[in-house]
Amino acid sequence: MKKLVRAVAGLVMGGLIAATLLPGMAVAQQKVLKFIPQADLRILDPIATTAYITRNHGYMVYDTLFAMDAKFQVKPQMVDKWDVSKDGLTYTFTLRDGLKFHDGQPVRSADCIASIERWAKRDALGQKLAEATDAWSAVNDKTFRLKLKKPFPLTLEGLAKPSSNVPFIMPERIAKTDAFKNIDDATGSGPFKFVKAEWVPGNKVVYVKNTDYVPRKEAPSWASGGKVVKVDRVEWIYIPDSATAAAALNAGEADWWEQMPPDLIPLLAKNKEITVKNIDPLGSMGMIRFNFLYPPFNNEKMRQALLYAVNQQDYVIGIAGDPKNGKPCYSYFTCGTPLASEIGAEPLKGKRDFDKARQLIKEAGYKGEKIVIINATDQPIVHSQSLLTLDMLKKLGLNAEIQSGDWGTLITRRAVREPLDKGGWSIFHTWLVGPDMVNPGVNFPIRGTGDKAWFGWPTDARMEQLREAWFNAKDPAEAKKAADAVQRRAFEFVPIIPTGQFILPTAFRSNISGVIIAPIALLWNVEKK
Amino acid sequence: MAVVAFVVFLLLYLTPGDPAAILAGDAATVDDIRRIREKLGLDQPFVIRFGEWVWALLRGDLGTSIFTNLPVTHLIAQRIEPTVALTVCTLLVAVLVAVPLGVIAAAKAGTWIDRSVMGFTVLGFSLPVFVLAYILIMVFSIELDWLPVQGYRPISEGLWEWLRHLILPSIALGTVYMALIARITRASMLDVLAQDYIRTAQAKGLAPGAVLVGHALKNAAVPIVTIIGIGIALLIGGAIVTETVFAIPGIGRLTVDAILRRDYPIIQGVILIFSGAYVLINLAVDLSYMFFDPRIRY
Repeated sequence: MKKLVRAVAGLVMGGLIAATLLPGMAVAQQKVLKFIPQADLRILDPIATTAYITRNHGYMVYDTLFAMDAKFQVKPQMVDKWDVSKDGLTYTFTLRDGLKFHDGQPVRSADCIASIERWAKRDALGQKLAEATDAWSAVNDKTFRLKLKKPFPLTLEGLAKPSSNVPFIMPERIAKTDAFKNIDDATGSGPFKFVKAEWVPGNKVVYVKNTDYVPRKEAPSWASGGKVVKVDRVEWIYIPDSATAAAALNAGEADWWEQMPPDLIPLLAKNKEITVKNIDPLGSMGMIRFNFLYPPFNNEKMRQALLYAVNQQDYVIGIAGDPKNGKPCYSYFTCGTPLASEIGAEPLKGKRDFDKARQLIKEAGYKGEKIVIINATDQPIVHSQSLLTLDMLKKLGLNAEIQSGDWGTLITRRAVREPLDKGGWSIFHTWLVGPDMVNPGVNFPIRGTGDKAWFGWPTDARMEQLREAWFNAKDPAEAKKAADAVQRRAFEFVPIIPTGQFILPTAFRSNISGVIIAPIALLWNVEKK
Repeated sequence: MAVVAFVVFLLLYLTPGDPAAILAGDAATVDDIRRIREKLGLDQPFVIRFGEWVWALLRGDLGTSIFTNLPVTHLIAQRIEPTVALTVCTLLVAVLVAVPLGVIAAAKAGTWIDRSVMGFTVLGFSLPVFVLAYILIMVFSIELDWLPVQGYRPISEGLWEWLRHLILPSIALGTVYMALIARITRASMLDVLAQDYIRTAQAKGLAPGAVLVGHALKNAAVPIVTIIGIGIALLIGGAIVTETVFAIPGIGRLTVDAILRRDYPIIQGVILIFSGAYVLINLAVDLSYMFFDPRIRY
């Protein structure tokens, strides 16, 4: 009897130990990259939203027809070869061999056409392409054609757009979804597969290597080139508290933290097992945005006045904490990119001239109208800019106040077109990643299309003419000249005031290698030892 | 529950914020947001939206998250286990430590032991949960490397993995409840220890332990059980800070995230579930009074 009891007890204990250890052992045999993303993935549809976290998810599961490399050159990605007719009106694309969706279906011309058409309904550059488009047609399953009504020299740049919205290729059955409806099927043909069953919004997103993916032979450069996956599984672990995320990286519970707040950099830099690095060559650009519908910022001179008072160095330190993590950028186009220049930037550069600013305010006929800055205290980049702007406006003697809430409230309130006494606003702050401001096509804050423009609704026919000239530029030299004209106009009309270029560094453990230098955290090519 | 459902829906309807604007992202235009609102049915009048929600509710459908497109029931089911596990462990830690401390403090009233226990309770009340959490992480996770910094493992992944992820959060969250329960226990015990029947028991020659536990504690139990019941109710929704610091995917964080994003179906669903849970907990507490005090009858 005693033997029987011992045997049963042994079996129970063995079972318990096995139940405790085996699940961990099964995962331990795989190479799992544990990545702390910049935000929580809530929306799976990279066309329905411009949220950067969803864009990054898109890069995991989808592929693109073309991609931009580190030299801002358009490179083929899913496309094997393409041809442009002499009149520039017909583009013919042929897909690479071996492209398959995660459900095993081959990628066909119809999938590409449906995906691009859906993208073109939401993306600003896509809309310009759609305006110029006569028709998309499938020649066969691997070859498709774009027929234009008028030449659109930026066709390939549009298809290679690196940041939100990215023209990702989805199966036709998904891409046929209304562009304003949020899709929930993340079937793509990219290097990773999304594991929906393990998705815990607010906590964890799981991807596994797509073993059917056929990478290109070229070396990776930004989102172009070979997307070779060197781990079996990627877990995005969302840790909302920065101090906990730092502790998790320190303790080895995570391998890579995408973006850290500046105040934690010294803490992590002390750990020899951790590399703190800037892998984003373009950084992000902060900005002040005005409401053009109501006084006082419906007056050009009021906006120009602030150009003389904004000190970008203050904003860079306010956002990035350390001057090393940012720099002034006196351009409407991301500094460090081909179209960036300081043409027309004199009012924003050099010693700050509050007297000149006050003179312009006087010339504008400012009568003490209230200025409301809407602020989001849960977004440090917005909050620090708001406080600095409030201080600046008060120094200029303006009747300014700050109204704080959370980000959800801010982005709802900024859509209100009413005057201040009915819930309106005068100023808000935000930021865009570098790729979203590289040229007049993607840089949406400078658009002057009135009701159809971004929040603030500036109307500037001259700006739209100059942008159109840039779209129609026939060569890079002409494009540069057109972009300079856009910038000159921007410094006159002041659709936004750039507040500087900043970088939020990344941190990863020493067992991680192959991190791609790019403005987006790309997880292929990354090796874990 | 019907009143709760109506009030919650009304409050959310009146609260500023638009999930369509959040969903559209930073680069969207007013027109984009308008079209998304139409797709989501957010442009419909209050009566229609409320009617549709109630009709779905009657069929057991709490709706679908605006952002993730996942059913609210699925999202709540994902979060129930961590929250229940954290609540149970926290209560166990709190009750197992606090009740004996309160009893001892009462038995040794006025001595250094009593003052030490009261000092601990003041500290427990005063120390914010997040500060204690960071201290625990620094000592036990970073310096000693004994316990994980963050995360939750379901019990199906192994008993020890499950438990080791709950130790620090339970201590961090449980300390304030330890303080609360210890103080209530002490006060209640002091009241009972002054009663004639305690003196009688002592005069009969009963061992001090038997008097304390068998006679005093049982009679002092009603307020203690009440405070524990309130504690459970508070813990279910009040573990937000702990869940955030330790990155535990619980109901508290689900609620806060949903509020920040104006994900109305989740907020409505969670509040309904919470209110149901509170009703049940209060019922259980009320029924337990009959066990501790046979004079109580309903």
